Amino acid sequence: MHLAIGQAYAWSVFKPPLESALHLSGTGSALPFQLGIVMLGLSAAFGGPLVERNGPRWAMFVSMICFSSGFLISALGVATRQYWLVVLGYGFVGGIGLGIGYISPVSTLMKWFPDRPGMATGIAIMGFGGGALIASPWSTQMLGTFGTGTGGIATTFLVHGLVYAVFMSVGVLLVRVPPDGWLPRGWVPAKAAARALVTTANVSARNAIRTPQFWCLWVVLCFNVTAGIGILEKAAPMIRDFFANTATPVSVSAAAGFVALLSLANMTGRIVWSSTSDLIGRKNMYRVYLGVGALLYLTIALAGSSHNFVFILCAIGILSFYGGGFATAPAYLKDLFGTYQVGAIHGRLLTAWSTAGVLGPLIINAIADSQKAAGRTGPALYTTSLYIMIGLLVVGFLANELIRPVNPRFHEPQVAEMGQQDTLITRQGGS
Amino acid sequence: MADDGETARRTPLMILAWAWVVLPFAYGVYELFLKLTTLFAG
Repeated sequence: MHLAIGQAYAWSVFKPPLESALHLSGTGSALPFQLGIVMLGLSAAFGGPLVERNGPRWAMFVSMICFSSGFLISALGVATRQYWLVVLGYGFVGGIGLGIGYISPVSTLMKWFPDRPGMATGIAIMGFGGGALIASPWSTQMLGTFGTGTGGIATTFLVHGLVYAVFMSVGVLLVRVPPDGWLPRGWVPAKAAARALVTTANVSARNAIRTPQFWCLWVVLCFNVTAGIGILEKAAPMIRDFFANTATPVSVSAAAGFVALLSLANMTGRIVWSSTSDLIGRKNMYRVYLGVGALLYLTIALAGSSHNFVFILCAIGILSFYGGGFATAPAYLKDLFGTYQVGAIHGRLLTAWSTAGVLGPLIINAIADSQKAAGRTGPALYTTSLYIMIGLLVVGFLANELIRPVNPRFHEPQVAEMGQQDTLITRQGGS
Repeated sequence: MADDGETARRTPLMILAWAWVVLPFAYGVYELFLKLTTLFAG
């Protein structure tokens, strides 16, 4: 599911052909993607309770229908030269598919792997990073085959809609919810709960957003994503600008390689760091993302254009923390609020992503443009942005420090919980 | 014995499920490494 909807990160492949075929500006051709990310956050936030109520198979089916229909509507839009249909199709309808699809496996995976929730959700969310790795070369090859005119783009969208429908259907058919009370053999919830911040109690989605813990985590995720997306969105021009006035300028193709390297760091960070969080705890993991992330930004700012190797290494670290932050969030929520409605709570937390998706690029682009207008070049274009990112990461670090166990008054009634525990014990080791 | 039968029956399904994910993913990673070489070559 995530490998399919991760295609969203590869939208930039369609931008140049759409701009020339439909006479669009760069801002105009970005609209379907931007609306898609906004709809991702909104549909995840508002659709979360429906996903919890109707289960992952229903959610994945809805996601598959919306995501594939988005491409089919877009194909019609390009074929008839009605660009609003592309925005409506890919952005609005497809964006709903992104949001519902993103949260659909989360609570199911944590129920299957309560002993290693970070690793389980890390694997799924790594798929979202990997989706663009598949879609980007595939879409490019298809545009090469069908052409970059309106007919070629429409055919490419049509094939995408049909292939993704088939690809996602397998996920819809395979997904299973574990039986009530299922536990891995030999795993005892009470021992896991002995760790700080890990609860065996449950908090509803409605109550979760009334807790300070939810909003602290919202700030943590928002600022961690803002810091990463700032580099990710402008990676190619950024590395070229940084070393433009040096003895070793970066070529266009080398900058493309840098973007690919960051994609790899983003993807591997999701599985490596979220699995590490199972060992060292969620709070400590976010201390690393935010604290070490701020130090890496500081290193880039201080090193300037003196060492391109230092720049590349620091950017790899920052992007791996960006991916890790996404992948560790569901397990952090599970630790704080239990598995009862963790999918719905995760959906509401993803509004932090929508906010960061606007905030990060806005900071980097607005400051770089104003510095360029002032006649500056090289690292000076980005130095102010880097210090702003450090400030945001420090605020996120402090918000993480404020996270404490949830007050028991927000927990679901104990009676139901005890009944569930009894069932858990009797079913332990079952499969 | 029932568990062994169940496992044997599910093996082809598990192979299909993993192949469904791993094959396109391997294609993506291969294309990524082709691009990566340009960073260090030029």
